[in-house]
Amino acid sequence: MSAAPDPALDGAYGPVRRKEDARFLRGQGTFVDDIQRPGMLHGAILRSPLAHARIVSVDTAAAEAHPRVRAVITGELLERRKLAWMPTLSRDVQAVLATDKVRFQGQEVAFVVAEDRYSARDALELIQVEYEPLPVVVDATRALDEGAPLIRDDVAGQRDNHIFDWAAGDRAATDAAFAAADVVVTQDMLYPRSHPAPLETCGAVAEMDPVSGKLTVWATTQAPHAHRTLYALIAGLPEHKIRIVSPDIGGGFGNKVPVYPGYLCAVVGTMITGQPVKWVEDRSENLMSTTFARDYHMHGEIAATRDGRILALRARVLADHGAFNGSAQPSKYPAGFFHIFTGSYDLQAAHCEVTGVYTNKAPGGVAYSCSFRIAEGVYLVERMVDLLAAELGLDPAELRMRNLLRPEQFPYTCPTGWEYDSGDYPRALQVAMDLAGYPELRREQEERRARGEYMGIGLSFFTEGVGAGPRKDMDILGLGMADGADLRIYPTGAAVLSISCQTQGQGHETTFAQIIAHELGLSPDDVEVVHGDTDRTPFGLGTYGSRSTPVSGAAAVVVARKVRERARVVAAAMLEAAPEDLEWARGRWQVRGDPEQGRTMAEIAMAAHSSLELPDGVEGHLDAETVYNPPNLTYPYGAYICVVDVDPGTGAVALRRFIAVDDCGVRINPMIVEGQVHGGLADGVGMALMQVITYDQDGNCLGGSFMDYLLPTSLECPSWELGETVTPCPHHPIGAKGVGESATVGSPVAVVNAVVDALRPLGLRHADMPLTPASVWSALQGRPVRADLAL
Amino acid sequence: MQITMTVNGVSHTRDVEARLLLIHFLRDELRLTGSHWGCDTSNCGACVVWLDETPVKSCTVLAAMADGRRVRTVEDLARGGRLDPVQQGFAECHGLQCGFCTPGMMMTARWLLDHHPDPSVAEIREALSGQLCRCTGYENIVRSVRWASEHEAAQPAGGDGGTGRQAGER
Repeated sequence: MSAAPDPALDGAYGPVRRKEDARFLRGQGTFVDDIQRPGMLHGAILRSPLAHARIVSVDTAAAEAHPRVRAVITGELLERRKLAWMPTLSRDVQAVLATDKVRFQGQEVAFVVAEDRYSARDALELIQVEYEPLPVVVDATRALDEGAPLIRDDVAGQRDNHIFDWAAGDRAATDAAFAAADVVVTQDMLYPRSHPAPLETCGAVAEMDPVSGKLTVWATTQAPHAHRTLYALIAGLPEHKIRIVSPDIGGGFGNKVPVYPGYLCAVVGTMITGQPVKWVEDRSENLMSTTFARDYHMHGEIAATRDGRILALRARVLADHGAFNGSAQPSKYPAGFFHIFTGSYDLQAAHCEVTGVYTNKAPGGVAYSCSFRIAEGVYLVERMVDLLAAELGLDPAELRMRNLLRPEQFPYTCPTGWEYDSGDYPRALQVAMDLAGYPELRREQEERRARGEYMGIGLSFFTEGVGAGPRKDMDILGLGMADGADLRIYPTGAAVLSISCQTQGQGHETTFAQIIAHELGLSPDDVEVVHGDTDRTPFGLGTYGSRSTPVSGAAAVVVARKVRERARVVAAAMLEAAPEDLEWARGRWQVRGDPEQGRTMAEIAMAAHSSLELPDGVEGHLDAETVYNPPNLTYPYGAYICVVDVDPGTGAVALRRFIAVDDCGVRINPMIVEGQVHGGLADGVGMALMQVITYDQDGNCLGGSFMDYLLPTSLECPSWELGETVTPCPHHPIGAKGVGESATVGSPVAVVNAVVDALRPLGLRHADMPLTPASVWSALQGRPVRADLAL
Repeated sequence: MQITMTVNGVSHTRDVEARLLLIHFLRDELRLTGSHWGCDTSNCGACVVWLDETPVKSCTVLAAMADGRRVRTVEDLARGGRLDPVQQGFAECHGLQCGFCTPGMMMTARWLLDHHPDPSVAEIREALSGQLCRCTGYENIVRSVRWASEHEAAQPAGGDGGTGRQAGER
C-alpha cells in the first residue's frame, strides 16, 4: 500500500496495490480446477472428429463396463430428459450432446463420469460412434451457394445456411453522399477467426445436494447471475435452488460468457450419480469448441471530397457464426455494436448491412474483448481512412485530424444512432503524436526508404461504446442489463460491498473498494468486495463488454451515496444539528461553518447501531442497496501509433514501438487501467501478427493447440508507451468510462496500417490479418492468401 | 509404482500410475494447487516448477521422473511469512492480473535472478519467452523482475528474506 493516498485528504483513487494479489502470489488462489469436494467424480467429453456427419450409432457398453466409470451420458439420454438442446444467447439452440448430427469438429457427443481424471479420458476411447460423413461448409463466402450442404436441418423451416440480415444507417442519404463525392475508395477485408484463449480453460464443478435439492455450480463464468437464470430455464430447476459460484477466474476475454455443454453435462452428471462432478476441458477442447471471435468478411467503401473531407461510409459484411448462432450480445443487435463503425469522424451519412451465416465451424463470434463487435467496426473504418489517405496523397494523421469530431460537437449522435457522450479527439491524437515524435518518425522513414529500408508508421483512432446498457435498449435473453449493488456498514465502520459483476483479473476487489472508500471517507482496506457468488450478491449481468466500471461501478457509487445520506441523519442526531446543516467534507459529515464539529463514518456507524435516539422514521443502521440502469453507454476512445520494420524479402514484421493514448474518463486506479491497456495491446498485436483459427476443407480445425495457435510472448511485445487524456463521462456518477477492451479494439489496425505503410513503396495496398511472414510475402507478390483456410 | 520426492522440503511417498504427470501429482495428490495446468504442450508455462534446481514444465514431466528428486513450487517462495522479492516485485509493479500464469512466471524469475542477479530487460524477456501471459502484455512482469533485482541488490542474500536459496532448504 506504499502509494495509498490519504482518503481524508485526497480520496481513495490512485495506484493502490491490489488486494487480490496476496493470494495469487502465494499460490493460494481458488480456480475451478482447484476445487475439491468430498466424493467428487471427474467428467470428460467425447468430441466429434468430423465437421459434419450423421450419427448412425453410439455404443457406450464398453465404456460403461470400465471399472472406474460411474456414468456415460449420451445425447439420447439427454433427449429423454429434454436436455439435449439448450438455448444460445442469440435465441438459437445448440446441442448439449449431439443426437442427430455433428456440425463442427470438436462438437460434444458423449460425457463420461469416472472416479478420476485419467479413467474418464480412458473411457472416452471405449465409446464407439459410427458416423456417416456429410459434405462440409467452412468458407462463409460459400455458405449461401446453391446446393451448399444444409447445416441446420434441426431448425423447422430452415432451407439454407442463412441466419439473419441486418442493416443500420440511412441508405438513401449514404447513396446521395457517395454520388456527390469526388473520391470513393473501396476495399474487401477479412477480420479472421481468432480465439480469446484465456490461460485457464473452461470448467465446472457441479454438486447437487440430494436432501435440500440445492444445486451448486462452481464455473468459469463471467456472468454468474445470468447463468443461474439460464440453468433454471434449461433444466427446469427452481432458481432459488441454484447457486452459481464464479471463483478466481484465469482470464475471460469473453470466452467465459456463454453456457457451454460441458457445464450442463457436469450438472446432469451430479444429478445422475448423486456425487459432485468436475469437468475441466483441455486446451484443444477450449480452442476447438468454445466461443471464437470475429470471422467477419467485410467490404468497405469510403467517400470524400478531393481536399480530404470524409463524407460517408458504407459496409457490407458476411458474418460467420459457425454451426450454432451462439454469439453473445444484446438481443436487439444481431451484429453486436458493429454499426458504430463510423468511428470517430464527422460524417454526413453511413449505412451497413450484415448477413449472418452458418458454417461447419465452432459457434460463437462475439468474444475476445471486442466490445460487442466494435473491434470489427474500428478495423474497417481505420483501414478505410488509411486507404483514403493514400488515395488522396495525404498524411494519415493529417486526414484524421481534419475529420475527427470536435469537442464542441459532444454529445454527438453518429449517423447510425449512437450518442457519444464526451471527448476531445484532436487532443488525444496530438498527445499520441507528441509522444511518438511523429514528424521525426516520418523524417526517419523517408531517410530509411532512401536506403531501401521498410519502416512503417501506423495510426488508429477508435471510439467504443461500452457499459451495456440502458434497459430500454439492451437485454440478453430478455434479461435487462442493469446491475445491483448492496453495501453493508458494520458497527465499527468496516464496509462490505456486494456486486453483480465479477473479476477475471481486472482487480475489482481493489477498484470497487476504492470507489466505496472514496465516497465514504474510508481506507480501501476497510472495504471488502464480495462478487462471483449468486447466493451472496445481487442480480446483474456480469463482466464483459467493459461494463464493470460503467454499470456496476456506477451502482457502487450510488449505493455508497445512499449510505452517506443515511449517515447524514445519524450524524445530525449525534451532533444535535439539523441534517441540512451538515456538509460532507474531508471524508466526514461536519457542521457547515464549524469543521471541528464532525463525525467520521466509523463513528456514525457505531452510533447508527447503538441506542442513540434517532428522529421518527429513521430506521437505524446504514445498509443500503440499489439497482443501476445506465442512461447511456460510456464512450472511451484513444489514439494509437505503431512503428514497425518489415523485411520484404521474408515478410517478417518487427514491432519497434507502440504508443497508446487512452481516454477512459476518470481513472479510479491508474495502475490497473494501464495494466488493462497493456494486456489489450498484446492481444491486438497477436491478432495482427499471428493469431488465427484456420480450418481445412474438411473442417478440421488447425488451430487446436498452442503449438498451432500462436500467441504473443514477451519477445513479440515491445515495451508499451502509454499516455492519457481525461474527459469525464457526463452521465456516470464519477465520470468514469470502461477501458477493459479499448486496446484490443483499437490496436490491431494500427499494426496493419503500419505494415501497409512500410510496404507502400512496393505497391502494397492492403493485407489481411494475421500478418505472418508468409501472408505479408504473398500479398507483396500480388497473391494474397486466406490465412483462415487451408484448402 | 511407488515414488518418493521432496516437495518444498517435505518428503512424500506415493503409489502412482506410471503415466501420472507431475503437475497432476502436485495438484491432485499433494493438493498444491498453486501450480496451474494450461496447455498440455509445454507452450504456456503455467505449470513451471523447479525440478532440483531447474525450472521445468510439469505438464510434460512424469511424476515418476521426479522420483528421488527435489521439487520446488510457488508455495515455497515465501518463507516465514515473508514474501520473496520476486513476489513483492509482482505486487509492486502490477505484474499479475488474473494470477493464472503468475506462479510459473515467478518460479522462472526466481531462477533467473539466482543465476543472473542483474538481468537486462532483454534478458528478462528472453528468460520468460517460453511462458504465456494473456493479461499483462508482459511489460509489468518485466518491471516486476527488475524491481526484485534492484531490491535484492539493495538487500543482499543471506538473511531470511534472502535469495539464492535452493529447493528444500529451510
